[in-house]
Amino acid sequence: MAEVAYGVATSHTPSIGVAIDNDREEEPYWAPLFHGYEAGRKWIADAEPDVIILAYNDHASAFDLDLIPTFALGVADEFPIADEGYGPRDIPIVEGHSELAWHLAESLILDGFDMTICNHMPVDHGLTVPLSIMYGKPDRWPAKVIPLAVNVIQYPPPTGKRCWDLGQAIRRIVHDFDEDLKVAVFGTGGMSHQLQGERAGWVNTPFDKEFLDKLVDDPVALTRISHTRLLSDAGSEGIELVMWLIMRGALGRNVREVHRHYHVPASNTAAGLMILESEEHTAFL
Amino acid sequence: MARARRDYDDIPGTYVFDGERHRMGYRLNMMCMSLNDPANREQFKTDEAGYCDRHGITPEQKKAVLERDWLELLRLGGNIYYIYKVAIIDGVSFQHVGGVMSGMTEEEFKQMMLDGGRNDG
Repeated sequence: MAEVAYGVATSHTPSIGVAIDNDREEEPYWAPLFHGYEAGRKWIADAEPDVIILAYNDHASAFDLDLIPTFALGVADEFPIADEGYGPRDIPIVEGHSELAWHLAESLILDGFDMTICNHMPVDHGLTVPLSIMYGKPDRWPAKVIPLAVNVIQYPPPTGKRCWDLGQAIRRIVHDFDEDLKVAVFGTGGMSHQLQGERAGWVNTPFDKEFLDKLVDDPVALTRISHTRLLSDAGSEGIELVMWLIMRGALGRNVREVHRHYHVPASNTAAGLMILESEEHTAFL
Repeated sequence: MARARRDYDDIPGTYVFDGERHRMGYRLNMMCMSLNDPANREQFKTDEAGYCDRHGITPEQKKAVLERDWLELLRLGGNIYYIYKVAIIDGVSFQHVGGVMSGMTEEEFKQMMLDGGRNDG
């Protein structure tokens, strides 16, 4: 049977993708960030997840203001790379896992999560930068990817509690899928950052470090943080951190921390990476 | 009608893109969205004012687009990810835009980020 074995939380700042695409990882500005990614790349080469369920947010690429799904699941066999205004990144197309994606969509809806189901879904930096962070520049992505787009741009995003519950449901539902698959769930975005307004450039390192600590051993506390506190403490775009709770909810109660990295700045963002392995081999509830 | 008060209104220098701002900024943001298409980017570059007129944005929004008044665009309902598509056409970075919005040069803004970011607002 399939199992959520791994969790990865990472920022998805577009400039990180630009640095990878242009072989700038060893430049003085970028080296401290990328050196912290090396352990992650080594880990994933051994862990070899078959499928990644990747929680990210679309940034005015697949969706615009005419259609704002709170949770959208990509069920297609492949997902093209979006043109966000610069032309699409020159990276491999993202291959989906349609069978598992449909199993997730059907089961989640019957479980009370009103998912939006998507076939045509160009994927932007929110999804592709985490793949590049973990895999570098392969000719083909080593894992199939099920995009899980979460609205965090139009206020209000789903609550942290709802994201956590969704993660728990994903854990149970993946467990019911009758094929031997090692599944990783990625939660992306964050950490603290603010792109807009007079407060642009906001970073809150104490908040981020506490968030990383609690993500490991007290995630329920994180589900109680209000949106207003997230906006205030993590910054207007730091509210993306709710997506990390989908990942953490999908891992069960006990996790082993494999790797942690935190660096300021990646352009305007405090960049975080955390890799966790589930220590439970049964469904969470 | 006055905008209903929200508890996040007290966060300094922050424009939360809620329903009220969405209503103000719908056409403006959708115009920016159209710039994902390379042909539209060329049209915009050729005649920015005409492009704005064709998308039916308000005169205030049009003025702010033409002047690259990023803060004013936020006040008029612009969402940062949408209005940034205009900055992409200009070839400027988020550090540049962040600096303009917070009254700093791009170099000052970059240095602030290298020093650990803004944490006094």
